[in-house]
Amino acid sequence: MNLTTDAPIQIVAFCCRYCAYAAADLAGVLRLTYPPDIRIVQIPCTGRLDTLEVLHALEFGADAVMVAGCLEGDCHFQRGNIEARTRVERIKEILSQIGLEAARVEMFNMSSAMGKQFAEAAQEFAERIASLGPSPLRDSTYEIKAEFEM
Amino acid sequence: MIVAEQKSLEEIKNLIADMEKVLVVGCGTCVTVCFAGGDKEAGILASSLRMSTKLDGSTKEVTHITVQRQCEWEYIDPIADQINDADIVLSIGCGIGVQAIAERYPETVVVPGLNTTFLGLPTEQGVWEERCAACGECILGITGGICPIARCAKQLLNGPCGGSQNGMCEINPDTPCAWQLIYDKLKSQDRLHLIMDVQPPKNWSSSRDGGPRKITREDLRLAVEDSE
Repeated sequence: MNLTTDAPIQIVAFCCRYCAYAAADLAGVLRLTYPPDIRIVQIPCTGRLDTLEVLHALEFGADAVMVAGCLEGDCHFQRGNIEARTRVERIKEILSQIGLEAARVEMFNMSSAMGKQFAEAAQEFAERIASLGPSPLRDSTYEIKAEFEM
Repeated sequence: MIVAEQKSLEEIKNLIADMEKVLVVGCGTCVTVCFAGGDKEAGILASSLRMSTKLDGSTKEVTHITVQRQCEWEYIDPIADQINDADIVLSIGCGIGVQAIAERYPETVVVPGLNTTFLGLPTEQGVWEERCAACGECILGITGGICPIARCAKQLLNGPCGGSQNGMCEINPDTPCAWQLIYDKLKSQDRLHLIMDVQPPKNWSSSRDGGPRKITREDLRLAVEDSE
C-alpha cells in the first residue's frame, strides 16, 4: 500500500437533522475546533441510516463512519435512533465478516444544544481511528471498476 | 411467501472463488420481503464482496442488478447482456430463481447466495415462521386454518401426541403444539366435530414423495396454430 504518512483520516458523519447536525452547527458557531476531515451528511433522522450508504462510504475512501443522533428517548421521530443503534450493530457484524475493524463505525447520541460534545466526540473518534490507522482498503492505485446504482 | 436466509460471506466467497467478474442478481418478490435477496441486500452483498476480496488481495469486479421476479422467463430475459458479461452469476433469489437463471442461460455458471428455507409469513417485523409444507392435499378446511403438516413436528393427522405439554411441542418449548392450536381454534368456533372423524394415513404421493411435481393447465396454454 502506497499511502503518504500525512494523508488525513477521512471520516463521514451521518448526522440527524434535529439534534446531531444542529449540534455540529452549534460547534461551528462557537468556533470550536475538531478535525477538518469529518464530512457531515445530514439525514432527517438516524433511523434513515442506510446500511448500503455506510458501506459505500467505507468502500470509496472513508476510513470510518460516525453516526450521530438524538439522545435516547428524545428522538424527534420517537425511536429512529433506537433503530439506528441496532443497525449500527448489524453494520459492525458485516464489517467483521468483510475483514474490516468493527470500530470503524460508531454511534453517538447528543442533543442539539451539545455543540461542545459534538466537537469532543468528533475529536475522540478521529483520534481512535487514527490509532487504528487508515482503512486497509486505502490504496493510491485503487480504481473504481464496478458500476453501481443506488 | 418463500423465506430464505443469506449464506455466510465466507461460504459465498468460496462459491465465487475462481471468478473475476461477478454479477449479483437480486429478486424483488419473496426474498425482498424477508430481507435476504432484495435490491438493498444485493447492493450490500456486492459492496461487501468488493471490499472483502480487495482485503484478500484479489479484488473482484462485483456488480449487482435486481429483477422483479427471478422465477419467470419474462423477467430474467431482459438482463441477458449483464449475465453474459459476467464470469459467474451469484443469484440471491430463492432456489427457484437460481435454477431459472441456470436453465435460461445454460452456459452461465450460476451459484446460490441464499439458503431457501420454508414457506411462511412474517408473524411480526423481523420474524418469519413456517406455515405451509406444500403437501398438495390441503386439509386446512377441517383443522380450523392451522396446518398439522407444516406445524406439527410429527405431521400427525388425528390430534396431539403425548409429548404435547402446556400447549407446546416437545421438540422445542417455544414451538406451539399445532394440535393444541387446532383444538383451541375449533373449540372457540364451536366446530370441534370437524376433527372427530379419524383421518386415514396421508397419501403422500401428492407431496415430495411423489417426485418433482408439475401442473399443466391446458386451457391456459398458448394455442398452437395448425400447421399446413
